[in-house]
Amino acid sequence: MTDTPAAVRFDGVNKWYGDYHALRDVTLSVAPGERIVICGPSGSGKSTLIRCVNGLELHQAGRLCVNGVELTTDERSIDRVRREVGMVFQSFNLFPHKTVLENCTLAPITVRRTPAAEAEAVAMHFLEKVRIPEQAAKYPGQLSGGQQQRVAIARALCMNPQIMLFDEPTSALDMEMVKEVLDIMIALAGEGMTMLCVTHEMGFARRAADRILFMDAGQILEDAAPEAFFHRPQHARTRAFLGQISH
Amino acid sequence: MSGTSAPPEALARAGVVAPRPPPPRAPKPLWRSLFGDALSTVISVLGFAGLATLLPRLLSWAVVHGVWTGGAEACREGGACWVFLRAKARLILFGIYPPDQQWRPMAAILIILGLTLWSLAPSRWNFRTLAAWVLGAGLALLLMSGGVLGLEPEPTSAWGGLPITLLLTLLSLAFGFPMAVALALGRRSEMPVVRCLSVGTIELVRGLPLVTILFVASILLPIMLPDGVDIDNLARALAALTVFSAAYIAEVLRGGLQGVPIGQVEAARALGMSWWGTTRRVVLPQAIGKVIPALTNTVVVIVKNTSLVLVVGLFDLLSAGRAALTDPQWPEPYVETYLFVALIYFAICFSISRYTFWLERRPALGGAR
Repeated sequence: MTDTPAAVRFDGVNKWYGDYHALRDVTLSVAPGERIVICGPSGSGKSTLIRCVNGLELHQAGRLCVNGVELTTDERSIDRVRREVGMVFQSFNLFPHKTVLENCTLAPITVRRTPAAEAEAVAMHFLEKVRIPEQAAKYPGQLSGGQQQRVAIARALCMNPQIMLFDEPTSALDMEMVKEVLDIMIALAGEGMTMLCVTHEMGFARRAADRILFMDAGQILEDAAPEAFFHRPQHARTRAFLGQISH
Repeated sequence: MSGTSAPPEALARAGVVAPRPPPPRAPKPLWRSLFGDALSTVISVLGFAGLATLLPRLLSWAVVHGVWTGGAEACREGGACWVFLRAKARLILFGIYPPDQQWRPMAAILIILGLTLWSLAPSRWNFRTLAAWVLGAGLALLLMSGGVLGLEPEPTSAWGGLPITLLLTLLSLAFGFPMAVALALGRRSEMPVVRCLSVGTIELVRGLPLVTILFVASILLPIMLPDGVDIDNLARALAALTVFSAAYIAEVLRGGLQGVPIGQVEAARALGMSWWGTTRRVVLPQAIGKVIPALTNTVVVIVKNTSLVLVVGLFDLLSAGRAALTDPQWPEPYVETYLFVALIYFAICFSISRYTFWLERRPALGGAR
């Protein structure tokens, strides 16, 4: 289709947890700069799908290429991919024993061997971008959930990733904090970052996504632009799902 | 209805109520704590009666009739023979190390004490401090053993007292802690051989009394080693104390490792950090932070366990104190000597306890959560 290699390409990917078939022949291509939102009922394989992209889960059949690197069980391929892929988790997973600034500089200093002063300058740049530079010296436990998630986004960006993965980034947040995180994600989408985002925030999907995927039972059932996804869903399961989450 | 007005079902405020200071907190008077109710009164009366019986006799023995000056003759009658401690302090503190050379163990103690004070602040936990410790410990050992720089050589059999206790504690922790980390990580490893070796080592060492391990190291090791290879008795005791410390600390650390959420590992790995980088920078600091109270407990036990080396003929602080008692000129002041030795142990252990209490409140070790 295109000349540029895909940022992420799943080709008949399968994954099992014990006997449970979690991903079933998933085929998906994400172009550089594309913003993908993945939704679906719990247990549908959304999280497993994006956790495969940076090797937190290893697929067992099929091929998976990220940034032109094929992910195998070889640690080196996984390490190469992880350096280019940032991830934001539902439960933030900030390092509680390190300050906000240290959270942001740890990986650049230890993985990329960036000099400390430079890493701190980069960290402050991204902390300003997520609008909490004044919290740099605090510990994560002293911040609100929304602030912690914004730090987590800044921490991932400090590694200068080509691709960002978001695994339900707002699901653990109180209502009034969801917006401050989504605003940052929308800004990031506007800058052309390749994003794969598992979320049920359909307002965000409508505004920021190029494509929305609907997953059920380990398969991608629907893959459409927001307009088509919301107004002309092809699959009965998608229509039922949309009916449930629109209040 | 009738004259009494029922409370309204809801009170909708028109404006925001301004904050007011809380009501004053009346401190409970001491006499109310002691005699406030029947049970407290009974316990208090019994307690005071006990003190009234014991304290005067103790004070009479220790202070009123205590012997502070004079010689062995002065101690034949009367109370506590404190003058014995003055006469034997050097023997208790430095063992049978030649008296004219005792500045050497003294200097060794000061080096260790100085380095300890320097390293208290976590901000100093870096490679420079580690290097200082390696150099300092080496210098202390060199001072003690001599044979260089014009120092007379002193075999470890002549070492004794406080330097032995401090060196055994310090070195068994210095070697035992990394070993404990390896054992604790190995116990959780996915590799069966590593896991079985770790579990086997921990369970074997934990299943044996320290005295047994000391005897094995002291007697069996020389038999097992090939001819011509000889290990110093002190080093053998140190090896025994090290594996013993390692097994216990490993089990404490395992508890901490289990308390670190898997999300921490995932976050670090997702940032591209290696397994070792993740373990060293993310998992271990949090695991250690979670188990500081239990770790303190183990360390304090290890300090006191060093006194068991007397069974293999080493003169630590406690055995040096017992050796001082054997002087036939003195009327065997057991209590005074043991009190003196106990005071030193208590000072060491209480300092460790207070220090770690301060440490565990620091946010970098999890205190701010």
